[in-house]
Amino acid sequence: MSVKEKVFDFIETESQHQEFEECLNNLQGVQGGQMPALQEAQRIYGYLPVEVLERISKKLDVPLEKLYSTATFYSQFTFVPKGKYTISVCMGTACYVKGAGDILDSYATSLKIKPGETTPDRKFTLESVRCIGACGLAPVITVNEEVYGRLTKKKGDKVLVTYLNQE
Amino acid sequence: MKEIMITINGKVCTAPEGSTILEAARINNIEIPTLCFLKEINEIGACRMCVVEVKGMKNLITACVYPIREGMEITTNSKKVFKSRKINLELILSTHERKCLSCIRSGNCELQMLCKEFSVDDEDYYNGENLQYDFDDTSVHMYRNDNKCILCKRCVAACSVWQDIGVVGPNDRGFKTHIGSAYEKSLGEVACISCGQCIVVCPTGAIAEKDQTKEVWAALDDPTKHVIVQTAPSTRVTLGEAFNIPIGTNVEGKMVAALRRIGFDKVFDTNVAADFTIMEEANEFIERVQNNGPLPMFTSCSPGWIKYCESYHPELIPNLSSCKSPQQMFGALAKTWYAEKMGIHPKDIFVVGVMPCTAKKFEVTREDEAAAGYSDCDVALTTREVARMIEKAGIRFNDLPDEQFDNPFGEATGAGYIFGATGGVMEAALRTASETLAGHPIDSIDFKEVRGMEGIKEASYEINGTKVKVAAVSGIANAKKIIEKIQSGEEFYHFVEVMGCPGGCINGGGQPVQPASVRNFVDLKTKRAAALYEADKNRGLRKSNDSPIVKLVYKEFLGKPGSEKAHSVLHTSFTKRSEF
Repeated sequence: MSVKEKVFDFIETESQHQEFEECLNNLQGVQGGQMPALQEAQRIYGYLPVEVLERISKKLDVPLEKLYSTATFYSQFTFVPKGKYTISVCMGTACYVKGAGDILDSYATSLKIKPGETTPDRKFTLESVRCIGACGLAPVITVNEEVYGRLTKKKGDKVLVTYLNQE
Repeated sequence: MKEIMITINGKVCTAPEGSTILEAARINNIEIPTLCFLKEINEIGACRMCVVEVKGMKNLITACVYPIREGMEITTNSKKVFKSRKINLELILSTHERKCLSCIRSGNCELQMLCKEFSVDDEDYYNGENLQYDFDDTSVHMYRNDNKCILCKRCVAACSVWQDIGVVGPNDRGFKTHIGSAYEKSLGEVACISCGQCIVVCPTGAIAEKDQTKEVWAALDDPTKHVIVQTAPSTRVTLGEAFNIPIGTNVEGKMVAALRRIGFDKVFDTNVAADFTIMEEANEFIERVQNNGPLPMFTSCSPGWIKYCESYHPELIPNLSSCKSPQQMFGALAKTWYAEKMGIHPKDIFVVGVMPCTAKKFEVTREDEAAAGYSDCDVALTTREVARMIEKAGIRFNDLPDEQFDNPFGEATGAGYIFGATGGVMEAALRTASETLAGHPIDSIDFKEVRGMEGIKEASYEINGTKVKVAAVSGIANAKKIIEKIQSGEEFYHFVEVMGCPGGCINGGGQPVQPASVRNFVDLKTKRAAALYEADKNRGLRKSNDSPIVKLVYKEFLGKPGSEKAHSVLHTSFTKRSEF
């Protein structure tokens, strides 16, 4: 998925910086090094910020556009950082017929973001996911590792409110 | 190479082993349509316009990438082939913005030509969901309209293979695939060098130069303006192509006549300015050799190369010759010496360049290029735009008489002419530098080692006892190679000529567009360059330092080459730019 505008400032910790520099040093001069570089970047930073891709471009002597082109081709890459809480709404068949779509829509409206996006304060990321294997609890959502099942739109909104009230 | 027997459309014929079906058919006078194929740089078999039937094979074969083999039976004109090509075209057209009437490429659009051949109408049979892309006109020299893009990726190949820059590429996947830059930045925001090589290979109107003919018509309409035009060396050997004159014909006389009939107050020759460039550049070179550098000295006439250097190799800025390009030197002299001579205020002089180049549009906007306090040059038109002006003015180009340039900037030496081909600037500079160093006229002025269309040419010359190693490179991919060699210490050169476009200006991004069916089979560069060397050979004066107008302007106005005055008028400075 491509990005139109840059919404998030790039923040990195010293350990992230060091870990990634090490990765790049190992990949320098390696044929086909750009794919592992992108994967490592995503693993370390959670997404692909332009600042990191520019570093790859310089170090591996690959045009920035080539990296971006590759990253937009494969769905494993994202250009949006993950929020503190990732809300994943299951849109598998069972959840979907039991009204998961309404829950997802409601979250999107409340958080003012579309599925796949992160709120500007980086608190929430909203995702729609395929079957998570808990059809007995349909419709089901997860917030990070926490599972919430047998939801209705109203119950779903309540779950969101508890997280909105947390730090 | 060994010839092998094949059968095309029932006729037995031969072709060299190793050829593709496309090449073998062409040798035997059968043209197979293509859209994505560009020889050597974009052999991807993606558009499937070139499909043919091969006996024994179940599916249709893409002729552009499939090699022939002994006894192969090929059919290029069966019902099955035609049907497949037609459906392909209809599908391509279904996502193409069909605003063809006044499209810049209407009449020489490869998609349009094929639609005509295959009777594909602007029908809505395949109409469905369509993505709308923003029209990108953020860069100085060109626009991009992805709604007209057919995803042939020829522009991507030109940018990444010829130029090794790669600021454009395919983003996203599937139906959403579109050509763009990293992080969807616009062309004005990325480190595009403005060379225009993408434009000359685009089959449609998805990318093209920014048309500035309106500005020129407006100036011509303004009675307070003294509108003068200058024509770059290579444009005279390419402009004819826009009027179906054979490739490599020198149409200098008709070009001058046409520009005069359009209404320019004076029609001058950039070649004369090129002679000035040589005076300054040769002098700068001698100074650098005598004062220990910085060496190598790189030429600075190609604005695409300059922008590349500023963006990607700013550490080489001290090595660039500080000379303005001939276009800018012309403007500078027009608005200073000429303005004074004519008694016209420089603000009332409107200088138009006829250029083989889209980066010249960028060059016009550069800082530190305003000798008289006003932009040296006002508008740089590409050869294509001038051809459109000539058409619009209703001038029957092919029937025009040959006319002469106006004076004082009308009589150039042969050295000015060869600026338009790779190696030409080097040769012109060597002619003048060797004579200056020798201190007397010299006879051997042909430096043939730096001629020709190879991407990298090297030579060593002994000039007045000093051994000088030179290189002439064209195309940024080759420039990159030579920079690596220099920076790794593998090679040392005194003087390096770099032209941003492969082959130099004769193959510039502003030249008439030749369809892939010509590009893939005709050596455009050699044919166009030959016309320039022919013109050089036939000039009475062939060294810039022999030019009477050069002598006069130095005597009256500039003093000596490299003087303070010459520096303030004819030299410029360069700035570091962002690489991303």
